[in-house]
Amino acid sequence: MRILALETATDACSCALYQDGEILSDFQLAPRRHAELLLPMLEQLLAQAGCNKSQIDGLSFGRGPGSFTGLRLAAAVTQGIALGLDCPVVPISTLAVLAQGQVRQHGAKRVYAGLDARMQALYWGVYQQDEQGLMQALIADAEVKPDAVPIDNSAQDYYAVGSAWDEYQDMLQQQCQPQHISLETAPDAQDLLPFALAALAQGQDVCAADALPVYLRDNVAAKSAAMRAKQS
Amino acid sequence: MNVLGIETSCDETGIALYDNDKGVLAEALYSQIATHAEYGGVVPELASRDHIRKLSPLITQVLKDSGCTPVDIDGVAYTQGPGLVGALLTGAALARSLAWSWDVPALGVHHMEGHLLVPMLEDPAPEFPFISLLVSGGHTQLIQVDGLGKYQILGESVDDAAGEAFDKTAKLLGLDYPGGPALSALARQGNPERFTFPRPMTKRPGLDFSFSGLKTFALTTWQQHQDDNDREQLKADIAKAFEIAVVETLLFKCKRALKQTGLKRLVIAGGVSANQGLRDGLTRLQNELGIEVFSPRPARCTDNGIMIAYAGCLRLQRGESNDLNFQVRPRWSLENIN
Repeated sequence: MRILALETATDACSCALYQDGEILSDFQLAPRRHAELLLPMLEQLLAQAGCNKSQIDGLSFGRGPGSFTGLRLAAAVTQGIALGLDCPVVPISTLAVLAQGQVRQHGAKRVYAGLDARMQALYWGVYQQDEQGLMQALIADAEVKPDAVPIDNSAQDYYAVGSAWDEYQDMLQQQCQPQHISLETAPDAQDLLPFALAALAQGQDVCAADALPVYLRDNVAAKSAAMRAKQS
Repeated sequence: MNVLGIETSCDETGIALYDNDKGVLAEALYSQIATHAEYGGVVPELASRDHIRKLSPLITQVLKDSGCTPVDIDGVAYTQGPGLVGALLTGAALARSLAWSWDVPALGVHHMEGHLLVPMLEDPAPEFPFISLLVSGGHTQLIQVDGLGKYQILGESVDDAAGEAFDKTAKLLGLDYPGGPALSALARQGNPERFTFPRPMTKRPGLDFSFSGLKTFALTTWQQHQDDNDREQLKADIAKAFEIAVVETLLFKCKRALKQTGLKRLVIAGGVSANQGLRDGLTRLQNELGIEVFSPRPARCTDNGIMIAYAGCLRLQRGESNDLNFQVRPRWSLENIN
């Protein structure tokens, strides 16, 4: 089984390859350079693994939330490869990827994952590990204000991660008290792989055309005054 | 050589398969006009969001319609620029990774080169060299085309593109987006004798255009006749005078470009070239000057995948291709390619 994973929702550009139990990955902080870096990184991973791209069985990508352009880059590259190689895709929430990274690094059971969404807003997810060791959303990912984040009051052993904690640590700590905060931590493509393996085993994948971003923020343009007048 | 073309520079997702022996094998186009109409103009973020939804289904459809399988495809061409950065990036990323997966070369194409060369697919096709008038919502340019990659911009708009002037004037008159075609339709009811608009920059030497003043002239005329009883007729008369002024100015400069260069072939392309007034004027010019006028069929005047597949095919055949570290070029002059 070989799975290729990519994650470009933030300033980090990363990709990972799962090959029969082994994981190879690459991670670079490279704002605005994802387009030029991503495919050469994939090619290099495959070369390191001695794997031909025709041997890839499945793909996974971080579907967001995050930078709109970054999400579309990952989705477009995933669609291109999935069409070209005719293989299935597993889209995964970028907040889940962040949470899963805390499992890998700290053995976290519960995670508050937040990304700075600019404009005084956050993308926020509350995650808890299931029996298979996979992070599952306890509260659905949402765009929220930094002074009103949804909290799980039933447990104290939370880890915290994501750029929201870099930007709004004080405000967030007034609302919840995680036992550990991982600062300056970006989502890493290798943390897509546990989800992708489980989903592919259960046939929970999609085709190329459905490898789409999930932006969470959908109100991105103001309708013209004339149109508002017409509709009201 | 069989090339898949992918166009996503603005608000159309265009896909086509072109084979240099067999011609256009299949094409598909999705226009986002309805998406942007509510906003009175193209919203770049929404354009990108539509492209990522439409690209894969359209590519699958084109492959199916053509009867081709991936092994039949020799290259992938995509629009590298100019255009909206997010829209370009979406198409380029998908195109480049698809080509990588198929192990075929990929090439970023200049959008305007696509427009310039697509008339070569018509019968009869113009021979090099020729003068091309590119008129669209984003461009108004007179270009001397001596061959593939041999382009000299003779003149261009110093402010609004012709199509942009159409859209903006339509907006002033309260017409729905996209206003250009609506304005042309309205002009058909207009009295050509009632108003005379200026012909900008025709009294000066050179081949540049300026259309923003016409929009202001239309507004002033509209305001001066607010007491008219028949407002619809007033609108139509203004639309007519505006259209005539744009068309006459374009024709004037085409004529000057032909005289200046001594060339005998004129090609017209871009969205505005579907305008009937312009087409009629070109027929007059053809008879008057004894020149040949060429224009692609209306569906190929606006953005489409065929023009990218075709231009890409010509260049891929020359052995050009891009590496895996693709980039898009939102601003990119036609004179910077060769």
